[in-house]
Amino acid sequence: MKQEINEQILLRGLVNNDSKAIDAIYKENFNMVQAFILNNNGTYDDARDVFQEAMITLYEKAKSESFVLTCQIKTYVYSVCRRLWLKKLQQKGRFVAQSDGLEETVSVDEDLEIHEKRNADFVIMERAMSSLGEPCKSLLEAYYINKKGMTEISAEFGYTNADNAKNQKYKCLMRLKKLFFTQYNIGD
Amino acid sequence: MEDILLLEAIERYLNDGMLEEERAYFEQLRKNTPEIDQMVVEHKLFLHQIEALSEHKNLRHSLHESHSRLLDKGDIFEGGEISTKGLVVQLWNRYKRVTAIAASIAGITAMAISGLVAYFSPAAKNSQIELLSRTIKQVVINQNALGAKIKEVDSKIPPNGELTSSGSAFLIDGKGYLVTNAHVLQGSGAVVVNSKGQEYNATIINIDKASDLAILKIRDSEFEPFTSLPYSIKKSGIDLGEELFTLGYPRESIVYNMGYMSALTGYKGDSSSYQISLSANPGNSGGPVFNKNGDVIGIISNRETSAEGVVFAIKSKGIYKLVDELRDSDTAIQKIKMPASSSLKGMARTEQIKEVEDCVFLVKAYNQK
Repeated sequence: MKQEINEQILLRGLVNNDSKAIDAIYKENFNMVQAFILNNNGTYDDARDVFQEAMITLYEKAKSESFVLTCQIKTYVYSVCRRLWLKKLQQKGRFVAQSDGLEETVSVDEDLEIHEKRNADFVIMERAMSSLGEPCKSLLEAYYINKKGMTEISAEFGYTNADNAKNQKYKCLMRLKKLFFTQYNIGD
Repeated sequence: MEDILLLEAIERYLNDGMLEEERAYFEQLRKNTPEIDQMVVEHKLFLHQIEALSEHKNLRHSLHESHSRLLDKGDIFEGGEISTKGLVVQLWNRYKRVTAIAASIAGITAMAISGLVAYFSPAAKNSQIELLSRTIKQVVINQNALGAKIKEVDSKIPPNGELTSSGSAFLIDGKGYLVTNAHVLQGSGAVVVNSKGQEYNATIINIDKASDLAILKIRDSEFEPFTSLPYSIKKSGIDLGEELFTLGYPRESIVYNMGYMSALTGYKGDSSSYQISLSANPGNSGGPVFNKNGDVIGIISNRETSAEGVVFAIKSKGIYKLVDELRDSDTAIQKIKMPASSSLKGMARTEQIKEVEDCVFLVKAYNQK
């Protein structure tokens, strides 16, 4: 019971991007995943990538309103990592014995599907952003991604006042939206 | 300019940045103007996407930070520096378990082998050279292995005599003069046994440790002197690659072996011996080395422990040298007449052996208590 409460606190911390909670989850689970990846033809870099991808999946799951933790964080993270890595190995054309280890796993296919869709959306957005060119890209990133205020941005980018910066931002935003929505299909 | 204000308003509306009054007005505007409503929905979706991307990026950043923080603290481990590791290091990390297992197996095997070698090899003159005489312990082991304890009842060894070592010897004079290795005679007396098992008392005439040669004389009423020896003892004329054979007593029975001349010098360039390649074992020391015509060309003395089939034989010239040296001082030696001609040339090997085997003896050295 206590453990369950602890895990709820950790997940709330993860959603709020709290470094202590992230450290705690990281520390608790990373070594297990690393051992799994290294034992299955992976490198240290692979282990880190896969684990962080799983952490993001966990974050997304914890953030969604309908979220219910049906298993331990450990089990969930391990299941996601296992699924991700086996998929990657298959893409590389390597066939591994799909025998289940001693670790318990849960079905995470649905979550991973959502995660993949989301990643694809991010790719569209990032591609649209980078095709904007400068200074639009940096300007919009500063405002929307890094959440900087317009006055700060105008000082940083060298606009004489915030209104000019706003004007520029508006033009850039219009272009970005156009680029984004030609790629992004709603409901697809 | 209008559009900018409108978009700004929409953003404020979506971010809950409007006061209640303004909000109510804006919602009214949305209801009445489908274009604005559409813009709001579209912008909401867009903002949602860009917001998600922002969160995502921040999270990735936090994760990276966590990773390096934990790595610094030593809570997680990557076997080296972060990410930019060389291929060798990666390979090492991947295979270090296998390597460790292989290394331990190799280590254990090496230790077991060296242990066995150390246990079974007789005390050697030095680490690389092994004398081919047998210590008596091995004789006992061999006897036990045969399951039949050889009775020493009719042995000519005195009852208080203790066997110390054994080896091989061969006649250089039909009257009963034998040559063997000095290191074979680690005792005060010796008996010799011929290939039929007949034992004779012998006395040690001379031991020359420098050349590792010794001369024995059979002094036994049962011994019937040979009128002539079938082989000759060659002084020179040996070629590399020449086929050789030997007879000796690595066990109680006479054993035949063959090989070839490998080098005209011995261990570390010793010019008084040859390197030959044949299989020799403890007990072969003092045995004659014959060429294919049946001439004695050397006396087996020792072998290299670190290499297989590397055996050293003292050149037969050494026998002449020793005999000549002793002739002046010892009257017994003066009587030695070395065989100069061989009657074995052109004979089949089996016939040669039949002729020769009676002249090759097993030497048992003993100490009287």
